[in-house]
Amino acid sequence: MSVARSLLSSVRTAVVRPAGRRAFTSSSSRLSESLFVHRDTDYNNPNISFEFDAANMKRAQEIIARYPPQYKKAAVMPLLDLGQRQNKGWTSISVMNAVAKLLEMPKMRVYEVATFYTMYNREPVAPNFLQLCTTTPCQLGGCGSTKILETISTHLGIEPGQSTKDGKFTFIEVECLGACSNAPMMQVGDDFYEDLTPETTIKILDALAKGEKPKPGPQSGRMTSENSAGLTTLTGKPYGPGEFCQPEFQ
Amino acid sequence: MIPSTSRLVRPVVRSLRASTSQSRSLATVSDPPVRHYGGLKDQDRIFTNLFCRHDHGLKGAQSRGDWHKTKEILLKGDSWIIQTIKDSGLRGRGGAGFPSGLKWSFMNKPGWEKDPRPRYLVVNADEGEPGTCKDREIMRGDPHKLVEGCLVAGRAMNATAAYIYIRGEFYQEASHVQQAIDEAYKAGLIGKNACGSGYDFDVYLHRGAGAYICGEETALIESLEGKQGKPRLKPPFPADVGLFGCPSTVANVETVAVAPTIARRGGAWFAGFGRERNSGTKLFCVSGHVNNPCTVEEEMSIPLQELLEKHCGGVRGGWQNLKGIIPGGCSVPVIPREVCEKALMDYDSLKDCQTSLGTGAVIVMDQSTDMISAIARFAKFYKHESCGQCTPCREGTTWMMNMMDRMVEGRAQEREIDMLLELTKQVEGHTICALGDAAAWPIQGLMRHFRPEVEARLAQFHAQHGNVLFGGKLQSEIDSRFAIPDNLGGDATRTIAAIA
Repeated sequence: MSVARSLLSSVRTAVVRPAGRRAFTSSSSRLSESLFVHRDTDYNNPNISFEFDAANMKRAQEIIARYPPQYKKAAVMPLLDLGQRQNKGWTSISVMNAVAKLLEMPKMRVYEVATFYTMYNREPVAPNFLQLCTTTPCQLGGCGSTKILETISTHLGIEPGQSTKDGKFTFIEVECLGACSNAPMMQVGDDFYEDLTPETTIKILDALAKGEKPKPGPQSGRMTSENSAGLTTLTGKPYGPGEFCQPEFQ
Repeated sequence: MIPSTSRLVRPVVRSLRASTSQSRSLATVSDPPVRHYGGLKDQDRIFTNLFCRHDHGLKGAQSRGDWHKTKEILLKGDSWIIQTIKDSGLRGRGGAGFPSGLKWSFMNKPGWEKDPRPRYLVVNADEGEPGTCKDREIMRGDPHKLVEGCLVAGRAMNATAAYIYIRGEFYQEASHVQQAIDEAYKAGLIGKNACGSGYDFDVYLHRGAGAYICGEETALIESLEGKQGKPRLKPPFPADVGLFGCPSTVANVETVAVAPTIARRGGAWFAGFGRERNSGTKLFCVSGHVNNPCTVEEEMSIPLQELLEKHCGGVRGGWQNLKGIIPGGCSVPVIPREVCEKALMDYDSLKDCQTSLGTGAVIVMDQSTDMISAIARFAKFYKHESCGQCTPCREGTTWMMNMMDRMVEGRAQEREIDMLLELTKQVEGHTICALGDAAAWPIQGLMRHFRPEVEARLAQFHAQHGNVLFGGKLQSEIDSRFAIPDNLGGDATRTIAAIA
């Protein structure tokens, strides 16, 4: 064994090459659209301090109280979300570390969670974070998300995954956001903008660029996901307590 | 003697004549009356604020009959509630269609009282199946139905608390549900001594963070525990070891939210809708190529065509312009128009059509749809959402996406269609959760019903660019000085271009 090991180590030393040159056996594996590994940068490194402010600390304690005391770590997802909101919409390594400290859990367990879920942005995003759904129902419904994608790209001059130079918009493509009857739709921050057309999309983008907040919801004039040509159900006054119930519950 | 016999005979003859002039009453076959499903009345709709036309707060909810005599329901006890749900024939609305009464009864095994562990009801509000947008409308318009449902279903399974796991993107929905929970606590409807029944019950909201896989019950439990949402092996089933190692049951929003109304109106009322074993009312969400896409509550077993024509203004360009429909969210196979004409929207009828009711999310595709690219987009979705735990799914979804993307272009050999199908069979059933199956079925459905279209696409590409090797490389790009490996299909004598 020891002979084999020393042999191996000698091979290893022989294979070591100057930095920057790849060994011909290695291949790059691309596992995701974004980098999974953290690399220290000037804007994202553990030395940048992050602390929950007083209001968020109070919220955090409320959230932690929802879970059994021995399972404090169940609060990691809501707390990462809270941290992301406080940190201008993105989850830096310092946010993750702060959450790990607060929940008394290994940092790695927090990193695992933060890399698994798509709603934690591990790179900075602009204040107007546009997420356009391009899954099949949105691709088919209304005018189709492909048209909206083109509209946003040409209007802002960016491709999905990029931010505008003025730092106002970040635009990404996402999978189904669960508003399929109101396709096509996009999410800006927390709000859903549904029933989009190229015209209404541009209107929304222009309003956002001016710092206004357009009214969320369907842009076609309907209220939610009812039939746009007029209600086919629930046309009258809803029935009241005890109506049509069994005698004992009337 | 003679006169007496003649007297006897005569009436018999007369009666024989009379009977021949009438139609026979014995040994005839008449068809039983055919019951037509659909056409639910507003008074039988459970979700009366589906379109958010009214107040979603406590006052509005109470005026629509929520929280009415909930105490009496709770005092009836667990077995009464479970029996009522069993009588109603309610099946899980999240896709699998497991009988809910039976599922809830698994929590009350003999001797459960001796188990000191807390017990949880987990509500699956992680609505992520493409095409599905029904739970969202419940949580926006009728959040109190959900909170009350948690209490009633929780009482049935003797749970101590309920966690509602809502997908992170649903911000408005989450705030409506949180508002409903806060109002219910303040009014004493949940919490200590809920509704004055002497039963303690808590309801908590937990927001997810964007992972489709967390809609799977064990992945949801993992996620709720603050880990990556990777499904667990079963057994142990959640009813034995679930959330925080305690007995728990995961149920869909719609299943939970209909429970109080069923309890008040009786199991027989609910069972009166729809065909046998498919009873009740159901929310259907229609998207895609219909004139007026919408979400609507209808009777189970409503014919698919009627659903579209009555509530959605029909298919764009008329029924004849229909190409195919995915009747239950992206995980189920597509069916072509001829099959759609016969299909009823319930578990059994759609199963007979080799598809599934799923979540009741109807995705309509008209003749203008590029069916191959639509299914290829689903393949991309599954590639994106695979959690990466099981190799067949992690690798298989990527392969399926790559192959489907080539099929969209036509850059593939005809034999690769069968290779793709074989690949789907190798993923299906070989993973911990059903995501692998769900990724495989749309492709199988495409090839089952639209294979000629795929073959035509390949032939078109071959006619333009010549033969294609396995993996998508053109034969014309190959350096002919070197031998081509056998497994690239370069020596395949049967080429599509030649046939076409």
